[in-house]
Parts: sequence; C-alpha cells; structure tokens
Amino acid sequence: MKALAAAAALVAALAIAGALAGAVPGGAAAVTVVLPYVAFCTLLGGLTWQVWRWAQTPVPYRIPTTCGQQRSLPWIRTAPIDNPDNGIMAAIRVVIEALTFRSLLRNSRARVGAGRLEFSEARLLWLASLVLHWSLLVIVLRHLRFVFLPTPFFVPTLDAVDGFLRIGAPPLLITDVLVLAALLYLLGRRVATPMLRYMSLFTDYFALLLLLGIALSGMAMRYVAPVNLVSVKEFALALVALHPLVPAAPSMLLLVHLMLVSTLAIYLPFSKLVHFGGVFLSPTRNLANNSRRVRHINPWNHAVPTHTYAEWEAEYAEKMKLAGLPVDGADRGG
Amino acid sequence: MGPIVADKPAIDIELKAPAGDWRDARVEFRKGTFSNASLPKDLIPLGLPNPRKWQPTDLDWQLPRDWQRILLEGMRERLARYRSFRLFMDVCVRCGACADKCHFYLGSGDPKNMPFARAELVRSVYRRYFTTSGRLFGKLAGARELTEDVVKEWFYYFYQCTECRRCSIYCPFGIDTAEITMIVRELLSLIGVSTHWVTEPAANCYRVGNHLGIAPHAFKDGLDFARDELRDITGLDIEIPINRKGAEVLFVMPSADYFATPHYYTLLGYMMLFKEIGLDFTVSAYASEGGNFGLFHSNDLMKRLNAKIYAEAKRLGVKWILGGECGHMWRVLHQYMDTMNGPADFLEVPVSPLTGTRFENAVSTKMVHICEFTADLLYHEKIKLDRTRNDAYIVTYHDSCNPARAMGLLEEPRYVLERSCNHFHEMPAKTIREYTFCCGSGAGLGNDENMEMRLRGGFPRANAVRHVRAEHGVNLLACICAIDKATLPTLMDYWVPGVQVAGVHELLGNALVMRGEKERVTNVRGEPLAKGGAADG
Repeated sequence: MKALAAAAALVAALAIAGALAGAVPGGAAAVTVVLPYVAFCTLLGGLTWQVWRWAQTPVPYRIPTTCGQQRSLPWIRTAPIDNPDNGIMAAIRVVIEALTFRSLLRNSRARVGAGRLEFSEARLLWLASLVLHWSLLVIVLRHLRFVFLPTPFFVPTLDAVDGFLRIGAPPLLITDVLVLAALLYLLGRRVATPMLRYMSLFTDYFALLLLLGIALSGMAMRYVAPVNLVSVKEFALALVALHPLVPAAPSMLLLVHLMLVSTLAIYLPFSKLVHFGGVFLSPTRNLANNSRRVRHINPWNHAVPTHTYAEWEAEYAEKMKLAGLPVDGADRGG
Repeated sequence: MGPIVADKPAIDIELKAPAGDWRDARVEFRKGTFSNASLPKDLIPLGLPNPRKWQPTDLDWQLPRDWQRILLEGMRERLARYRSFRLFMDVCVRCGACADKCHFYLGSGDPKNMPFARAELVRSVYRRYFTTSGRLFGKLAGARELTEDVVKEWFYYFYQCTECRRCSIYCPFGIDTAEITMIVRELLSLIGVSTHWVTEPAANCYRVGNHLGIAPHAFKDGLDFARDELRDITGLDIEIPINRKGAEVLFVMPSADYFATPHYYTLLGYMMLFKEIGLDFTVSAYASEGGNFGLFHSNDLMKRLNAKIYAEAKRLGVKWILGGECGHMWRVLHQYMDTMNGPADFLEVPVSPLTGTRFENAVSTKMVHICEFTADLLYHEKIKLDRTRNDAYIVTYHDSCNPARAMGLLEEPRYVLERSCNHFHEMPAKTIREYTFCCGSGAGLGNDENMEMRLRGGFPRANAVRHVRAEHGVNLLACICAIDKATLPTLMDYWVPGVQVAGVHELLGNALVMRGEKERVTNVRGEPLAKGGAADG
C-alpha cells in the first residue's frame, strides 16, 4: 500500500501546486504556457524516441503465438486471423487487437476448490479497459474544439452523441461517466485483488490516479464551477498559434487540469503508458505464421561451432562398420 | 504448501498475498521443487562457461568474479538484438490477465509464478540498469539491484516456467513469457548457471547424436529390436533403413521414440505406416535426435544442435524431411530452423509420393510434420484403418503447447485420431487447442528431483483429464510430444490413475490395415485386442 500512498500523495501535491500557481508571481505563466510547451515537446520527442528504439531493434526470429488452426492442407479450415498466414492477415489481427482488445476478451478466471480447478468467465477487465480507452479517445477528440478554429466538423456531432442522455445543463456526457467508472474499477480491482496488490508498483497507481485527477478537474470545470469557455478557447488558440497569452485570472480548476495533463504528457513516454507499442510491434502478434513457407532472415545470424558428420564418424566408424552401417570414410580421404 | 504425499493431493492455492515485499529475492530451495545443477562433464565438451561442481542448495554458487558485469553486458547485448526482449521489458501494465493462466501458478499458488510477476523479476533489474527513471528513482520506479540472491531467484523461477506460451495468448500486448524465460536462461548460462537435465542431453546430442548418448551401433540394435517386434505383431518384415544415401525422405524423430515407453509404440506406428505406403525413407544415426534441449538453454546451443538435421539431409542427398511427434522439436523446426540453419536450397519442395500433395506450407523449410503427412494420406484414402482395434481405448487428446501455440497444428492430429478410434472425447474447451495446459514438465523440467513442482504444474492438465474420465470413462490420453509421453504417465498415475498415455501414431499403427499382414491379435503394446469393443459413455 506504500506505492498507492506515494502515488496519491504525488498526484495531490501536483494538483495543489497547480491550484496555488495563480497566487505566485509568474506561477500562472509557468503552468499555462511554459509547462504545456515543455509537455508537448516531451511527449512528441519521447514517443518518437521510444518507437524508434523499438523499431530499430531487430526481430531475429518469427515467433507469432498462434491461436487457431494453421494453414497446412487445403481442405482443413484455418483460423485466418488468429493464425495469420500472411502479412495482411497479421495486420488485421493487430488492428482487431488494437480496436477491440481481443486478447483480454479471452480472459477467464480459474479457481481451485475441493481439489478441482474451475473456470468462469471474466470479462470485466476487458470491458473496463475498452471503455477507458475509447472514452479517453472521445474525450481527446472533444477537446479539439479548443484548439481549432473553426471547430472540426465532427466535434459537435460527437458532443451530441456523447450527451444523448440529456441530463442536466450542460448535458452530462456519457464518456465522462464511463471514464470515471472504468478508472475506479481498475483502481479498485488493483487494490482489492491480493496478488495484484502484492505486485503493483508506484507507476500502476500513479497512472490511474493521474487520469482520475485529470478527469475530475475537467469535469468540475464543466459541471461544478463552469469556466468561461470563450476565454479558455482564446487561451488555447493562442497557445497553439505560438503566441501564448497568459489568462488574466485563470480558474484554479483550469490550472490544476493543465498541471496534471502536462504531467501525464511528460510521464507517458517513459512509463508503462507506452504499452500501445506492444500492440503494434510485438513479434508474437504482428508476424504471420508462415515460417516454413517463407524464410525469415535474422540480420545478426552468427556462426556457431557444430559437431560435423566427419568428426562424428571419425569417432564411431569402426563400430559402425561392425554393425553393418554405411560409412563415408573413403570420401573423407579423397 | 506441504509436500505432496502420494495418497493425499496437497494443492491448496492460497489467495492471500504473502506478507513482505516481492522485491525480496531470497528463495528457499526445497527438495522436489528445483532441478539439479549442470555438471562439468557436460559443459566442457560444449565449451560452455564456468564448469564446476555445485548445487542450488549451496550457499556459494561459485559464480565467476565478474558475474554481475557478465550478466549486465549480456542483457545489454540481448536488448539490442531482440525487439521482443526490449518491448516486453517496456510495455507490461501489470493488468494481471495472465496470472491465473499459468499452470505453475495454479498448481503452486506462489505469486512469483504469475507470468507478469515472473517477468517482473528481470524487469526490475532492467529498470535499475537500463532506464533513466530506474536509475534516478530506484525502488519507487520499480527498480532493484542485481544481487546474488536475484541470480538464485532467477534460476528458481525461470526454471519453473515451461515456455508453454499460454499466458501470451491472454496478454493484450502479446508478451510471451517463453521468450523472456529463454533469454534469462541464456543469461544465466553465461555465468555457468544451468541444469543437469538440460545440459546432459544437449551434450549427448551434440557429441553422440541423441539425448541419451546412444552410439550408432546401439541405435541400430534398438531399431533392429523394433523390427523383431513389428514382425511379431504384423507378421511382416519391416526394415528401418539407417544412413541410407539417396532415399527420398529423411525421417527425424525424438530419440525417446526408440528408447522410452510409451514413445516406442509410436515408433512402431510410424514404421508400420511407412511400410504400408512403401515410403522411400531413411533415418540417421548422426541426426538421431529431433528434440532439441538447446532450446531450453540458449539460442546458440539450439542452433548448434539443430544444424545436424540440414547437414545430414544434404549429405544423404534426400529430397525432403519428415518429422515425428514432438512438441518442442517442432517449435524449433517450425519457427527457428530455416532462419538459423537455412536456406534449405539443396532440398526439394516436399511432395507426398502417394497423393501428390505439395506441402505448400513447407516450401522453404522443406520439413513436414508426420500428422500433416498422415492426415493427407487419410484424406485421399490411401490407407485403410480398422478403428475397432482401438476399441479398448476411450481417448482424449492433449494438445502439446508448441504445436498448438507456436504452429497451430490442431486439426491434423485430430483428423488422424478420429479415424483411428471409435471413442474420442474432447476435454473442456478452455483446456485444449490454443488454451491447452502444459504437462508441467516441458522445457527441461521433467526430471525426478523436480517431482513436486511437476505434479503441481501438471495439475490443471490432469484436472481436465479427470473431468473427461468422470464424464466419459476416458482411459487414454493421446498426444504428439515426447516430453508429454515421458511425463504424463507419472502425472496421470498421481492425479488420474487408470489413464494411459499414447502417441497419435500408436493408435494409427493399431488401426492400420496392412497388405499381407497376419491377423492382429494384439495391439502394438502386446495387449490382446478387445473383442466387441468397450462401451462408449
């Protein structure tokens, strides 16, 4: 639980620092201008560096994990996506994984009771993860209204769909509810499952709490203490246009929100949050299972010492002759 | 977690996390839960580092003075060579989806056997020495020092993984613990930390040709004995050619097929099939091992042992290669051989001499799995089977890890089985095909000193067999893996007494109707054929 406490303390400290920034001379400028620029550059640079680092590391062997029938004899029905036979099918496998978290959907739960092992369905982890990621995507897209003029055509549609419940004014957005529910579930699960808690690190809690802080501060600005959207948009547009304006009297919530979002952007490339790389670059998933049909090349395939037939026969030739086994001896002499 | 007593299965998975911090690396080497250390007599002929006499229970493992530098240098090298390793160190989110998918975790309840925890044992060291955050923030960033205790912990837990890849299919990022285990074992081997059960067969295979170190003349004796037995069973003279140049096909099988039971009955099955179809083939005394214990040690050793197969195919001038029933052997043949020791441009694309089928899936490697070959024969009705000869058996099928999750060879063996016997029942869906559970003894763990851990690791598999035994009266567990055949009988005796283990081609051999054969009165085990058959259900 020390990891959880440390992560909570750090997120709280960041939020407080953000909240108090407005009261310190230059503080507002630091949080609304300097930090966002630093964060954006770090995010972009960090991700580029990570992806480059993975991409330039060779894949010496073709090691897909196969989850269905291979292609062998023409009359046997294959599992073309779970056991892809070519690059296109492998790409489809990866895309499905990225969009639907298919592997997590396989999840089951095993329990031992009375000397028996029993399996049950366990789809909540899949559901929570999928909801979290899709909601985050919608939320990020919704935010594009702040940085583009005119507002991108799809944003109002997205808003309308997201607010379909028509509860309250401004209408409650369903993704806001979902993202909170998913984060709380993932956090609760991590704390409540003894084995998971035992292995959880600071970073596991920090990522969840940071996202929670971002969601809560953002939602507060919409539902609790609404900010002046026009001035926020002016500020954001100026930031994007590289002519930053420090807002005259920034809302405390906006400062907290910016502080936490910037922290996330800086933290992301150097933490487990780069896990998307695993979906796209993992050699167990993005390669076709055709290693007997198409030779895979290992760029560093080095020579190794072997025990040759001639060396072997030299040791056994006499006994082999006695046993009536053919020997190459004469060939060797030549 | 008391020791397992013969009459009282003591599997109790504690779902409470243990007290303390997982970063504490100290492990207790309790009898029955680990494998003995390699001996100098095996390391020296292989030219492997730090040969010495030691045991895991020793306080001092006599590591080289600069062991830490060697390990970190080795890690650096492998991080640069394997995207898998680099990526798998970086991207895990510890979601825990893999946790209860591992048979060792299910059988031991030890949290460090959860796949993500096993990986964390090395990931923590990666963070400390290879990431900025780990260097700066240490424990807070999940980093820890590489100490001798960590080396011992690695040895314990990475020799408590059978590289079965089951966790990998559940991982949203495809993190493959087998890959991590292979690399950590490779690292440990750099400082002379490896196990006897892996390096002795490897040394024998390297120098003599097969795991047990059976010299060529004794190899011939073994096959001659099979010829005698085949004559008794079928009344036919079935010759097994050795090192015959100019044969069309080189047949490579795991050596257990000719020195161990029940593997041996599978050998009889193959030979009956080859006789019946008149296959122009040879086996080799030099490449008399299809299995490859190098896979359980290091990629270099895997490559060194595997090199013999292509070399021998070339020397004998065969057209293509056929491979017998063996799980990890097929991992190597399917996913590594061509890359490591190819190209096999001196061979021809495999074509079945009977059906004319061109094995399109093997046009580069030029090696075909016996189940693919036989399924093709059956599909084209080139052989006749009398499945009533297997009526004494009520059969279920255990997918071996590697053919299932590193090939996808799922239907071919079933196609052969379903035509070879009348009574066939699948185990529950979450325990077969790509979800199959390991025998618990793969990847070099199938030794007797490791028995408690084997029985624990095999528990999920045994549990599923027990289910079909209760439901359908299953009494035979069929499989296509030499390690399965060697270790499942022990597992069955312990958890599900009354279930025998057999290869798919043993059942085929029983059922195969051969031209000119005498009336069969026994199966290949010499047991009288049941008349009238067993009741199904």
